[in-house]
Amino acid sequence: MKYSYYPGCSGEATAKPYDMSTRAMCQKLGMELEELDDWNCCGATSYFSIRELLGFAISARNLAIAEQAGGQDLVAACNSCYTVLAKTNHYIETDETIKHEVNDALAQIGRSYSGSVKVRHLAEVLVNDVGIEAVAEKATRRLTGLKVAPYYGCQFTRPMGGDWDDFEYPTILDGVFEALGATVTEYATRAKCCGGMMMLTAPEGALKMCYDLMQCAVDDGADVIVCACPLCEMSLEGYQPKVNAKYGTSFNIPVMYFTQLVGYALGCDAKALGLDKQIVPVEPVLAAIPA
Amino acid sequence: MAELTTTAQKKHLHAAFCKDVKSMPEGSKIAQCQQCGACSGSCPTGQLMDRGPREVIAAFRAGMIDEVLKENTIWMCTSCYACTVRCPAGIKITDLMYELKRLAIKYDLWPRDSKVPAMTKYFADSVTRHGRNSETELLMRFMATKDWGLGPKFAGMGMKLFAAGRMPLVPTDIKGKDEIKKLVDYIETQEVAAP
Repeated sequence: MKYSYYPGCSGEATAKPYDMSTRAMCQKLGMELEELDDWNCCGATSYFSIRELLGFAISARNLAIAEQAGGQDLVAACNSCYTVLAKTNHYIETDETIKHEVNDALAQIGRSYSGSVKVRHLAEVLVNDVGIEAVAEKATRRLTGLKVAPYYGCQFTRPMGGDWDDFEYPTILDGVFEALGATVTEYATRAKCCGGMMMLTAPEGALKMCYDLMQCAVDDGADVIVCACPLCEMSLEGYQPKVNAKYGTSFNIPVMYFTQLVGYALGCDAKALGLDKQIVPVEPVLAAIPA
Repeated sequence: MAELTTTAQKKHLHAAFCKDVKSMPEGSKIAQCQQCGACSGSCPTGQLMDRGPREVIAAFRAGMIDEVLKENTIWMCTSCYACTVRCPAGIKITDLMYELKRLAIKYDLWPRDSKVPAMTKYFADSVTRHGRNSETELLMRFMATKDWGLGPKFAGMGMKLFAAGRMPLVPTDIKGKDEIKKLVDYIETQEVAAP
């Protein structure tokens, strides 16, 4: 199983542990991740807010590199990277005008893209290519008794993941945690927006959205919130003190990337998973997992 | 804030919006909006907006796009796509919001009290310069120009992230950063300026 891997800009900074744990987890599972050579930012939401074609062109440079490198599936772990790359790919595939315009732009830098690469979310690859049973078989630690609130976030399946999971109530990772022995909570807000986008620009609104997500996890009795996106993770982990100060709560709930929890169950070293880099200590979670 | 004062300017903006929307994939579906409000009801930030997405489409039909662009509504959209996947008419509402943001910048009508347009611009600048977004640089630039108060408020978390190696001070430059610059320059030349 060989893939092109797109780490994303956050993976080099605030989401360093996501990148580390992705690589460690995949290695344990025999997935060969080849980092996309000289990848650039997917463009996120910002380029699309300035000029649509520029958004597609910036994003498509990555697709062109992936195609040239052999055309393996391009795997992103970040929800936003996945959404932007998959959306660009979809529009190039289905809209001749966009395909033409993007290629005119790419021609300026000596590149081209025919549309042959498949963009995939790591979570979907984990379940559909590796398989839940294979993950459970390879696990060396059982998550018995651990109550996991799976926070998928907004751009996990919206709008590009409708083929492999639900827009409103994604569940694809639930089966992985359950197979590893954990109890997955209902977590009704699992696909609500965290407000991370506006944490710096309109914090009052963003903190309320985070509060709702934290409260829902606590009400469900969760021991840990598990994320699939750097911005979600940052919002839910980093802003707990701010939410507490604003709402008089006392949240101190560990937040992990799904790759960290699955990686830990697979026997990866805690340091290799970046578990020492979490802001809310994850020791209570690890202590609850039998050695 | 810039104002569109003449009817001719407003008509130009309206025509630009219609043209751009039609060129977007499935953009013509906007004509099928029946004002059901599923979008506004689904919007997690609707209560922070001057008007919800349903009303944005109503305002467009009433020839009031310039009013919409001056408000905070479109800049409060977090791109969560809840409206897009729920719209019974299949209208790509999140993409419409992007289009309106682009027009607000192009016609210089964005609300001066919103910090989002600056953040958007800084993000794009960072990527144009380095090929990747430097979160640290973005944060610093935003604080320095838009919100000094963020420094003390975020110092605690910033220190923790820095200590954990999650806040690198030096941005990563890709080898092909000139390619990004070329793409940006090329597409600039394709753009027709606002009157």
